Amino acid sequence: MYIARSPRIAARMLGEEMLVMSGQGSTLFTLNPTATILWQAADGATPLDEIVDRRICSAFEVQPEEAQRDAEALAQDLARHGILLVSEQPIPAQPPAKPGAPVQERRL
Amino acid sequence: MSVLMQEMSERALRLGVPFSAQLDLTYRCNEQCIHCYLDHDDHGEMTTAEIKNLLKEMAEAGVFILTLSGGEIFLRKDFFEILECARALTFCIKLKTNAVLIREAQAARLRDLGVESIQVSIYSHRPEVHDAITKVKGSLRRSINAIRFLKSQGLKVIMANVLMTGNMQDYHGVRTLAEELGAEYTLDPTITPMMDGDRTVLDLNAGESALRELFRDEAFVGNADEFCAPPLPPDENSMSSLPCSAGHTACYVSPYGEFYPCVQFPLSCGNVRQQRFIDIWRDSEQLKEVRSIRLRDLSGCSQCTHGSTCTRCPGLAFMEGNMRGPSTADCEKSFARTGIPSVNLLAKKEKKSSSRLVQIQVVPEITGSRLSGMAVPANAIAS
Repeated sequence: MYIARSPRIAARMLGEEMLVMSGQGSTLFTLNPTATILWQAADGATPLDEIVDRRICSAFEVQPEEAQRDAEALAQDLARHGILLVSEQPIPAQPPAKPGAPVQERRL
Repeated sequence: MSVLMQEMSERALRLGVPFSAQLDLTYRCNEQCIHCYLDHDDHGEMTTAEIKNLLKEMAEAGVFILTLSGGEIFLRKDFFEILECARALTFCIKLKTNAVLIREAQAARLRDLGVESIQVSIYSHRPEVHDAITKVKGSLRRSINAIRFLKSQGLKVIMANVLMTGNMQDYHGVRTLAEELGAEYTLDPTITPMMDGDRTVLDLNAGESALRELFRDEAFVGNADEFCAPPLPPDENSMSSLPCSAGHTACYVSPYGEFYPCVQFPLSCGNVRQQRFIDIWRDSEQLKEVRSIRLRDLSGCSQCTHGSTCTRCPGLAFMEGNMRGPSTADCEKSFARTGIPSVNLLAKKEKKSSSRLVQIQVVPEITGSRLSGMAVPANAIAS
C-alpha cells in the first residue's frame, strides 16, 4: 500500500499536534502522533510497510504485524476523510480533488 | 469560530505562535472606494522572491491561516505564482478581493489550488449605490458574475458588506443577494481612519440612530433584548483578559514588508525586508508592549460598565492616540446597542460642554511695566 497527502489539505504542526483542514474549510482535524507520522511520511513513493517499519515501530515499541494492521486501518480512515490518498501502486502528484462535505470537526 | 479552532487558537497563544496572519500583496486597486483607508500608489511593493521567502518564514514560524488581501490582489501579475507557493507550504488560504478580475478560468484555478474561502466586498444590491461607492461603473455586475463563477466551482464565498451613510438602508438587500448566490454574508458597520491618520473619512460612518436600528434588527442579531441588554461591569477575570488577538496570535504584513499587530493597528514593529519574520514576532519591543496590555490597564475602559462586553479595537484606540485608551467608534457602538454611554463618551460630553466656556488667557508680560503681577491664573475659566 502507498499513501500520499491530499493536495487540497492545509496543515501545520502546533506544538506536538498536527492541525489539518480541508481546502474548502469543510473539516478541521487534529491528528494524533501516529497519524501525524503517516501524514508527514506520505510521499506517494514510500510503501506503507516501510514507513511503519522505519517510523512507527521504532517510535512506539510495537510489534510489526500489529503496527502494520493499525497503520493500514488508520490510513484508510484518513483517506475516507480526504486527508490521504491510498493506492496499491505508487501515487504520482495528484490533481486537486473536488470540494468536500459540509462543516464538521473530528479528532483522529 | 468553531470549538476546535478556538481551542487551537488558545494553544497557539500559550505557545506564542502566530497562528494567523494577513499579508497585503499590494495597495493598488482597480476600485476607488470612498471609504478606503489606503494610499493606492505603489511605494515599492515586495518582489515575488521577497514574498516567497516571507511565506517560507511564516510557515516555519507556525502561521496556519494566511489571508491574502490588498488593495486588489488580482492586480499583481504574479498572484497565482504567490498563491501556488503558499499552498505548497500548506497554509489555509483566505482571499479578500473585489472579484472584478475573476472569470471562469481564475475561479477554476482557485478551486484547483484549494483556497479555503474568498471574501468579496459588496456594498449594495443596487448598482447605482454599489458603483457610486467603488466609483467604477459596472463593478457590482462584474463582482456578482465573479461570485457566480466561484460558486460554480464549489468555492466558499463570503460577501462582506461594509455599512456607511450611503448604503445603510441596503443591508437586507445585500443579504438576500448573498442567499440567492449561495454565498455567506458578513456585515461591518465601522469605517476606519486612513492608515496615515487622516480621519475625515470617518464622516461616512453610519450615525447612532442607524446603528441603533441595526442592533435591534433580529434578522441580524438574533434576540434583540439579549443583544442590547445592559452589560454587567467587568469582573476580576475580565480585568485580566486580552483586548484581542492582534500581536498575540495574529499579525499583519504590508506590501512594503512593514510588520504590524493587525491591519487596523499601524504600529510598526519591524520590516521583514530587514529582519526575519520570527525575529520580529518574538523580539519586537512594540509587540511586547501590545502583549503586556490587559483590560485593567486601559484608561477609562477598566472603569467602564461596557469593559468586558465592548468590541473595543486596540488599533483604532492607537489611531486615536493611545493604545491603552478607548476606541470611540466602539464606545458609540456600545451606546447604540445598550443606550448606556461609556466612560469615554461621558468624558467627551463633559469636555465638550466645558469647551463652550471662554478661557481667560494669561496676560503677556509688558516689558518695563509693573502689570505682570496681575496675570490671571491660566486655568481660570468664566462663563
